[in-house]
Amino acid sequence: MGGAGGIVLHEHDAVIIGAGGAGLYAALRASHRVRTAVLSKVHPLRSHTGAAQGGIGAALGNIEEDRPEWHAFDTVKGGDYLTDQSAALILADEAVKAVIDLERRGLPFNRTPDGRIDQRRFGGHTRNFGEAAVRRSCYAGDRTGHMILQTLYQQCIKNEVAFFDEFHVIDVVFDGRSCSGVAAVELATGDLHFFRAKAVLLATGGFGRMYQVTSNAFASTGDGPAVLARRGVPLEDMEFFQFHPTGLRGLGILITEAVRGEGGVLRNRAGERFMERYSPKLLDLAPRDIVSRAIVAEIREGRGFAGDGSAGDYVVLDATALGKETLEAKLPDITGFCRTYLGIDPAATPIPVLPTAHYAMGGIPTDDRGRVAGWTPGEFYPGLYAAGECACVSVHGANRLGTNSLVDLVVFGRRAGDHMAEFAAGSGSVRAGSDELEFARDRIARLRGGGGSPDATADDLRRRMERAMMDKVGIVRRGPDMAEAVEELKELRDGWRNVRPRDAARGFNAETLEILELGNLLDLAYVTAVSALARTESRGSHAREDHPGRDDANWLRHTLARLEGDRVATSYRPVDLSRWKPAPRTY
Amino acid sequence: MIIVVDILRFQPEQPAGSRHDRFEVEAEPASRLLDVLVHIQRRVDPTLVFRRSCGHGVCGSDAMIINGQERLACKTLVRDVAAGPGSIVTVEPLRNLRVMRDLAVDQGPFFERYRAVKPYLMAPEAGPEARERLQTPDERSVIEDATNCILCAACFSACPVVGGVDPNFIGPAAVVQASRFQDDSRDRGFAERLGVLDRPDGVWPCENRFACTRVCPRGIKVTKLINLTKRRVAEFKASNAGRSRGSA
Repeated sequence: MGGAGGIVLHEHDAVIIGAGGAGLYAALRASHRVRTAVLSKVHPLRSHTGAAQGGIGAALGNIEEDRPEWHAFDTVKGGDYLTDQSAALILADEAVKAVIDLERRGLPFNRTPDGRIDQRRFGGHTRNFGEAAVRRSCYAGDRTGHMILQTLYQQCIKNEVAFFDEFHVIDVVFDGRSCSGVAAVELATGDLHFFRAKAVLLATGGFGRMYQVTSNAFASTGDGPAVLARRGVPLEDMEFFQFHPTGLRGLGILITEAVRGEGGVLRNRAGERFMERYSPKLLDLAPRDIVSRAIVAEIREGRGFAGDGSAGDYVVLDATALGKETLEAKLPDITGFCRTYLGIDPAATPIPVLPTAHYAMGGIPTDDRGRVAGWTPGEFYPGLYAAGECACVSVHGANRLGTNSLVDLVVFGRRAGDHMAEFAAGSGSVRAGSDELEFARDRIARLRGGGGSPDATADDLRRRMERAMMDKVGIVRRGPDMAEAVEELKELRDGWRNVRPRDAARGFNAETLEILELGNLLDLAYVTAVSALARTESRGSHAREDHPGRDDANWLRHTLARLEGDRVATSYRPVDLSRWKPAPRTY
Repeated sequence: MIIVVDILRFQPEQPAGSRHDRFEVEAEPASRLLDVLVHIQRRVDPTLVFRRSCGHGVCGSDAMIINGQERLACKTLVRDVAAGPGSIVTVEPLRNLRVMRDLAVDQGPFFERYRAVKPYLMAPEAGPEARERLQTPDERSVIEDATNCILCAACFSACPVVGGVDPNFIGPAAVVQASRFQDDSRDRGFAERLGVLDRPDGVWPCENRFACTRVCPRGIKVTKLINLTKRRVAEFKASNAGRSRGSA
């Protein structure tokens, strides 16, 4: 460590940004081979992986017959055939090994009477290519993510991984096309640090905070993808954003799909189990995009509980048939959320729910080893990796299945960690010219020293962004709305350039951090809206009233979108269809 | 309704030391106190500092002292702490940890004690067949309570022993973490953890005052786990006649 031009310098072989499931797993693997550092904006145990509830899918077959191939097929069909099929097969195959590995590292899974890992049903997971729901989700109560995060962090302590807690990434630095390090601000001091590295992995999680109602943490602001987008790295399939059907009404707090996996059902005001009309076979366990649209349709047609289709209208998730005992034993946390936030007992009273912005299928384009792909087919950025929600392999296609986010973290976090270590071990030292740090320095220099006006605040811009994304680039979309959103986001990005903080403090300047985070969200919202407007079909989570059908002839392809100053360029890539032919998606 | 939020501020760049700031704000009774703090920070006083992330009580970022007691701001509704219009709600940083700015404390010493108990499974390496270890539902249920811990440090702040008699006491959260592993049917690391637990500032300083149990936002029976750990340490020492004393 040393100082140069007010910048604190560090040197490592591998640097990982983000300490959720993907970052921690990668760190465990990489740190065995090369000098590895992990940077995290929040303390690792505060990462949003910890909020995942229902489970991690793997074809262990502990309860009934199951096969990785069935899991892969469900993943492909769940993704409305935009999933890359070889990657889905890797996901499903390695999920089995990954779950066993987590157990052996200490994860306290719920158990069957004979002591094996227990499994339960989850949306879109079926036996024998769609015959009926299968018990595939391995779980630890309704806090599976919490236990994955804790277990991986415990293992990192055991393996003495080096952490830099509360560091916020500002820029990824390149030497030509090769990644050469990371610029980050230490939140406690406000100092700029440069971490020179042979390999860098982005594992910064999601960006649901671009929406008004979201299950995502305050910290989920897409820092990794936004930093790369500003460096000209394309983003893939950004138009696909998942709304989870069951967020607590008004709050967006997640109520796990496991409630339906255990037997809970959605009902409208008439008490009807309305999923019978939308998904005759899987009913309430249809994939999330389908259930979220069904809820929107029920409300629009006047069958919500208010009946007026207003913003406060809602349906209910009825878990009363589960009984107190099952709720306490298998779903204790969500039982607590209902009591704390709504003052109701889900054993006695159905839970008021509405869809909540939940998961980005799109993100930084990678191959199945985490390598970040460029604009030109077959081109990669040497030394640059991404994994987890911020990445797009793509295993989730146009709609992710429940439990597959945790699988993704563990499987592709591990693969990226292995590959980045191999790469770093085999490469010489990297060079980073001081001019390469100018961008990071400029980005924060403008935000130092206060002087902002209460009339032009980040908060006003954020509210407008959240509203525009929610209303115009949400569950059901229309071309003219999206075009308006694109224009508004352009304005908001212009407005952002003039925002300055009022707080002049160097250390723990929360206002400056929020301005930086908002800048990231605005860039990603803009790319999302442009990508969505361009895709004139409906597929998975991208549902357009003006283009209601799936259009394989023209749109069975991935979007690549590159931020070029004030405009976004788009290009398209073929989907890997090596195993299954696209078929109509019915459940 | 209008409530008054009284926040204990500390900003190191200001020589006057800490001060109380009062904010009169409109707050819905069903809102989270975290929402109120976020509103103050975004709309009223941008210099206010506190940690927050998940917003629904699972990440452990926003433990603070609200009306004199450790709570998570995101798990506290306005109506829980404000009786009606004009009520004053006091907010202070956690105790027993150095304040860095406003409600943000230095978590370093807390996590050092956590790490000291070797909070990870110690068990023989995986066999070649690569199946999961077996654990019955009953065996698993023994550790259920302790695995709920989110390391928010509320118990550490509330502990009268850390705050008075023995500031070096390893503290409630670290013992909960130790118990989570020592009571796990798969773990073989008891002897390795014994050293730190059996030190004078290990598990022994606990005086059964139950402050930790009262404030735990996850409802963990912390004091009970501390007492069970004391008993296990005593039994282990008795049956091993001091042989394992030097192992850690």
